[in-house]
Amino acid sequence: MDDPRPFIEKANPTHPSVIDTEHVVAELYHIVNVPTMIWIDENGQICRPHDTQFGTDIFTAFHGKHSGPYLDMIRAWVRDGSGAMTAKQVKEHQPVPTAESQLARTERTLAWWLQNQGREEAAGRHFDRAGELAPQDWTIRRGSLPIRGKDPFGDDFFTLAADGAPEYPMEAVTPTKDPAAHS
Amino acid sequence: MGTKFTIIDDGPRDQAGTAGFRATQVSAHIDGERVSIPAEEIESALGWHLRDEGLCRGEVCMPVRERSTLATANGIDLQNFARILDRPLAIDIAERAAVLGTDAGTRRGRLETLEAPDFELPDLQGRTHRLSNHRGKKVLLIAHASW
Repeated sequence: MDDPRPFIEKANPTHPSVIDTEHVVAELYHIVNVPTMIWIDENGQICRPHDTQFGTDIFTAFHGKHSGPYLDMIRAWVRDGSGAMTAKQVKEHQPVPTAESQLARTERTLAWWLQNQGREEAAGRHFDRAGELAPQDWTIRRGSLPIRGKDPFGDDFFTLAADGAPEYPMEAVTPTKDPAAHS
Repeated sequence: MGTKFTIIDDGPRDQAGTAGFRATQVSAHIDGERVSIPAEEIESALGWHLRDEGLCRGEVCMPVRERSTLATANGIDLQNFARILDRPLAIDIAERAAVLGTDAGTRRGRLETLEAPDFELPDLQGRTHRLSNHRGKKVLLIAHASW
């Protein structure tokens, strides 16, 4: 619960930052990697689904994405609603769970519960099983590294990254030509 | 005599998604890899009970084929129960625990409505925030991790 405290306190955001120790949102939105961003319109409808994007450029050398064009898109959306997708487009670009991915989340829940009971060895079996069922879900494979006493930026992470990072089925963001977007 | 066994219901929540394991202690009969639980304990833990029409919860019933594989002499067979409801089951016999998850069709169906699934979670100060309280405004939902 306190793990994200230093990040949140340093950023001191004006928006709510909620803590999700049990992956409630991962389950509801089928999150497979972070960071991910979803746009929700005034009526509570998803109008742009999962997209791995970044607020800064500190890891750009590693993942190759620049934050600027996406931040411009968000500003334009807030200003005039542009950039929102049609319902058809959202459905085409929204990843959906499968029987296997749901079983993986269920195995992960059992692992996390066992971990909380102090049953680390048993928990490890189910983290492993969850990872085998959903190898392209880093909320499970990378997310469980620190729980299991491993370094999520260390060798275990690079072994994981060698298989390729999970990707959402979203098209690339192209830099906007609207000069007003850079205000 | 049953063995103490924990069932965690990780099913779709009727209200907003909230944290907190819904764990219930039941008494199970364990035979190798099979786990059976008395029908009345399944009902109090998970809300489902066996009627003539099938396996029912509230107004919803699932037809049951080969009833004898579900209702055994030792109670409701947990693996067959999960299979009939088409729900994923993670089980650890040695640890006497199981999680009944949510099926992919339910999750997919909700996402395909495009209505953002509601949730209620605490911030660092312990104040809870609910997504649907932001209706009327645009919301950028960002998921990050403390890795």
